[in-house]
Amino acid sequence: MSAVTDAVRITAPTNPVTQSIRDSLVVAKRNLIRMSRIPEMVIFGLIQPIMFVVLFSYVFGGSMNIGGTTDPGVYREFLMAGIFAQTVTFATAGAGAGIADDMHKGLIDRFRSLPMARGAVLTGRTLADLVQTALTLFVLAVVALLVGWRTHTSFGEVLGAFGLLLLTGYAFTWIGAVIGLSVRTPEAATSGGLIWLFPVTFVSNAFVDSAQMTPWLRHVADWNPFSATVQACRQLFGNPGVSTSDAWPMQHPVWASLIYSILIIAIFRTLAVRKYRSATA
Amino acid sequence: MPGAIYAEGLVKTFGDVRALDGVDLDVPEGTVLGLLGPNGAGKTTTVRCLTTLLRPDSGKAVVAGLDVLKQPNEVRRSIGLSGQFAAVDEYLTGRENIQMVGQLYQMKAKAAKARAEELLEQFHLADAADRPAKTYSGGMRRRLDLAAALVVSPPVMFMDEPTTGLDPRNRQQLWEVIKQLVLGGTTLLLTTQYLEEADHLAHDIAVVDHGRVIARGTSDQLKARTGGERVEVVVHEREHIPTAREVLAGFGKGETTVEEHTRKLTVPVTGGAKLLAEVIRELDVRGIEIDDIGLRRPTLDDVFLSLTGHVAEVKDDENGANGANGANGAAAKPVKDPKNAKDRGQKKETTQ
Ligand SMILES: Nc1ncnc2c1ncn2[C@@H]1O[C@H](COP(=O)(O)OP(=O)(O)OP(=O)(O)O)[C@@H](O)[C@H]1O
Ligand SMILES: [Mg+2]
Repeated sequence: MSAVTDAVRITAPTNPVTQSIRDSLVVAKRNLIRMSRIPEMVIFGLIQPIMFVVLFSYVFGGSMNIGGTTDPGVYREFLMAGIFAQTVTFATAGAGAGIADDMHKGLIDRFRSLPMARGAVLTGRTLADLVQTALTLFVLAVVALLVGWRTHTSFGEVLGAFGLLLLTGYAFTWIGAVIGLSVRTPEAATSGGLIWLFPVTFVSNAFVDSAQMTPWLRHVADWNPFSATVQACRQLFGNPGVSTSDAWPMQHPVWASLIYSILIIAIFRTLAVRKYRSATA
Repeated sequence: MPGAIYAEGLVKTFGDVRALDGVDLDVPEGTVLGLLGPNGAGKTTTVRCLTTLLRPDSGKAVVAGLDVLKQPNEVRRSIGLSGQFAAVDEYLTGRENIQMVGQLYQMKAKAAKARAEELLEQFHLADAADRPAKTYSGGMRRRLDLAAALVVSPPVMFMDEPTTGLDPRNRQQLWEVIKQLVLGGTTLLLTTQYLEEADHLAHDIAVVDHGRVIARGTSDQLKARTGGERVEVVVHEREHIPTAREVLAGFGKGETTVEEHTRKLTVPVTGGAKLLAEVIRELDVRGIEIDDIGLRRPTLDDVFLSLTGHVAEVKDDENGANGANGANGAAAKPVKDPKNAKDRGQKKETTQ
């Protein structure tokens, strides 16, 4: 081993915003490399929504009444926005487990002792999850096309719908981050990250027409942030079953979805970064 | 003026456990402080407090002239850390690990890449550079972690048991690296269980136990305090012990201690080899057959034993808990040598 004295000196602090972006990207890259070396995780993440597509379209297909018809083809088109939205929110559990895992490995001490931007460990993780979500959505869209799902709008609108889905998924990973930072084990983060998603995604317009629910449930479903994204997607895809409810989020679903996502990011990112900083101190 | 690493009255509790109970340290710039102490003494906790990973309950810490509690971000720009447990990403290759750390130290991607290359070479990891770290052996992981800690050369370095798990060759090479670093002006705080390592590398040694610094000084000073030379005799026959004792008393400068079961007698002396020869002659004249005889100088192990009342590394489990049972842990062990008892009484003065 030769001298280390020729080593690089630590460079002067750069602009905090560019540093924050740079550090987040470095951490995101690390997480993406990890994902590529544990492909099982990505594959399991794909199987579940594909199973939902197949099960829902063929098992429930003929028995669901959408806009006055029980035509399985109509239900299939109705269903896809719901499955897409549910899939992106399930990224929550992965993000939570990943962060909980990181917090209990020695590597977190390395990160915390480095002169890196404060939120970068978390932002990097959520960005990597966003890439995974995009990949999952892409595969899912192909499967959906195969079982007969079609869009009836412009390319721009379809792209917009996928943009909203990604933003929703990104927002939900910050909820996952808070869960991951609040539990003691990655296993707890996985189950803790999933259980609450069932009521959120089922008490919504994702799988059934909320008009058929009892009034109070319908009210919850109409104001559910998750429903806003589903409604926005149906509208932007030109798929059947767009709710006619006069609740504000159902009337302006694109705006509602955007506002909800931004609010969720603002609140949960702040919480997560605060928790991260005090995690071991 | 305080040194490059300065701590005053650091206290940290975990529930009932008082891990740090007022640690004071002062490491002059460009020197190495060896932090010694039994398991659970508070070495790692001290390092974590000084490297911004833990917030002490009270006390003051200054690293590279920066207040650790008030300017943690600035401190992170001036330190390098190799913790007790290797902090590497298992799924990243060795190269990717070092590069990532370099980039997070705000190096440009290209510079980080070049630096990774150098370090992989230097730490003999070039062959394994493109394998995920989870396939590394314990010592390789340790070396990867050290390499990552040395990506940049910060003015102040912390190494928590850096050579644990390294084979003798890699250990010696790390020692060389450390010496070079210090020649370059780096200040280093090093914890270790290998007292020989502290002897070899550290300018100053601080012994911690139960969250306090119980002694400090150079290795020679500490040894001198533990006592000077001793003659150790192992007699062949148990019945010769009283006679041997009588002989030794004639040469000794203090009380003779006897271990019946090993037939070992020890007495503090002055006079070195010449005296030893006289002792041997006298024993021979008296017809005492001896199995072994020698002149012993205290090692850092002796210092450690006499100060902490238990052996480094091994004794921990049988004492039940680390530090949790307060001063009892040390007191529970009988102090063999009366000299040691005196030392324990004195140590307060030298800690100021
Ligand atoms: N996070 C923690 N929660 C509870 N107790 C802790 C925690 N960290 C350390 N301790 C306790 O603080 C005391 C000091 O621990 P520390 O790790 O500093 O010892 P050490 O001197 O580094 O020991 P070793 O030689 O075994 O590495 C121990 O009693 C330990 O059990
Ligand atoms: Mg330790």
